[in-house]
Amino acid sequence: MVRWLYHNRLATDIAGLKMKTPVTTASGTFGFGLEFTDFLDLEKVGAITVKGTTLAPRAGNKGQRIVETPSGILNCVGLENPGSDVFLKETLPQLRHYDVPVIVNIAASSPEEYGELAAKLDVDGVDAIEINVSCPNVRDGGMVFGTDARSLARVVKQVRKQTDKVVITKLSPNVTSITDMAKAAEDAGTDALSLINTLLGMKIDIHRQRPVLGNVTGGLSGPAVRPVAVRMVYETARAVQVPIIGMGGITCADDAIEFFLAGASAIAVGTENFINPAIAETICQGILEYMDRHNIKKLKDMIGLALPNA
Amino acid sequence: MTKHLTDAKVVGQRILNATTKEMDLIAPDIAAEALPGQFVNVQVTRHTAPLLRRPLGVAGVDRENGVLTLIYRILGEATHVLAEACTGDVLSLVGPLGRGFERSAQKPLFVGGGTGLAPLLYLADDFCARGIKPDVLMGGRTETELFWKDLFAGKAGKIGLTTDDGTLGAKGTVMALLPEMLQAEQYDIVYVCGPAPMMKAVSADVLARKIPCQVSLEKYMGCGLGACLSCSCQGVGRRIKVCKDGPVFWAQEVAEW
Repeated sequence: MVRWLYHNRLATDIAGLKMKTPVTTASGTFGFGLEFTDFLDLEKVGAITVKGTTLAPRAGNKGQRIVETPSGILNCVGLENPGSDVFLKETLPQLRHYDVPVIVNIAASSPEEYGELAAKLDVDGVDAIEINVSCPNVRDGGMVFGTDARSLARVVKQVRKQTDKVVITKLSPNVTSITDMAKAAEDAGTDALSLINTLLGMKIDIHRQRPVLGNVTGGLSGPAVRPVAVRMVYETARAVQVPIIGMGGITCADDAIEFFLAGASAIAVGTENFINPAIAETICQGILEYMDRHNIKKLKDMIGLALPNA
Repeated sequence: MTKHLTDAKVVGQRILNATTKEMDLIAPDIAAEALPGQFVNVQVTRHTAPLLRRPLGVAGVDRENGVLTLIYRILGEATHVLAEACTGDVLSLVGPLGRGFERSAQKPLFVGGGTGLAPLLYLADDFCARGIKPDVLMGGRTETELFWKDLFAGKAGKIGLTTDDGTLGAKGTVMALLPEMLQAEQYDIVYVCGPAPMMKAVSADVLARKIPCQVSLEKYMGCGLGACLSCSCQGVGRRIKVCKDGPVFWAQEVAEW
């Protein structure tokens, strides 16, 4: 159990989104949070980031959706979700029983539709909107907005116009320059950035001589991507002023600390939720132990310590 | 029912055939609550590869001693690692997971193949505890795959056997014996657990005779908790998650095999 006596030592602030602990859950790896209540106390997670939500329900992709790869997984779920109406009517009221901020990850197929969805979610109980411009698994939108700086800016502006919630833009790692994308989102008015989404990858079944995944390609996550994620957070932290939620292959407190030192103000646990459903809570304990060992009083004091001139 | 995340000590492994093993683990929390048809998600290593847990159907419990029995086929990397676990090793388990079998029937028939027979073993224990010995129809490619008949000995009434190559029992799939077994007795439920083509064919025949039928689906799972949507598929009129809404479904709920 986390020593909640020292609770405030772990507090962090993402552009006004107050988190009791710096740990949230990567969208798509934690369902709507309610699936995990047997394993952890949702109120001890800094924020719940729910499954990518679209205006209308989506059935997702056919065929195999997840395959294991060395220290990682590829997925091509394809944004299966019950749609924004069901989320607002059925899921959100259940989440409101918990005293924890809710970040809703949104995906759409045009800048206007992103705006419409953000407006619809501009309700009590939603604390922040995370713009998903980096889903590699849907054809109509998603990653196209995440790999072109001008398209990205258009999406961020539309969302910004439609909501007073904290706007977080989730960046795709499938770009030549992560900092160009980060700056474009910042200039367009995003309050914060989250990175990285999954890296595009593929696995072939050598016996069937066919791609394993139903969607042929998928997004790579898990420990295998962590060094890429740390590098991108480090580069982005040097390029922008807005706070960063770092993610990519975090399995334990030591992994999380790398991201704080690289400049992240909070982190998200993703794939590891599948393996250790209590991890989001237990990581907090490990962060406190690290802070004790290194005489760090508050989490904020270690953000960006590994950056040059820190 | 609470899902537990727990460390379980291996108390023994037994070889059932060249590619199948049975493992006993001390997991009192899970053993106390697991119902037939439910599964546990096993972490085979603390390292990052193989990364994901593996879902294994509960093949039996000994509540008095807190022991959980799992049966698995050694197929890929993870089950090869599992096969090397020694007595005293500790594995992390999450469970019990999923929705198990409906168990109010009086005259059940079990139909299974391969490791699909593992959850049916536990179901047989459950029926036996109520004084009902289920009839069992099992199929395999060849004789060595039907070691299951020994595991069901004492727990089953009639046992029907089929092999693809005819080395044991009737030649062919379970469909070679199913019609005559269904005609010989008035079953009030048929449980099917095995490869998808078997479940599809058996349930179609059973439903046509207006006998209730439950199937236990198998889909690649990421989390086993309903979060990752790896095992989400089309049910009749709704999306279903095999891990959470199943793995056991009424046959008429299934639209995608």
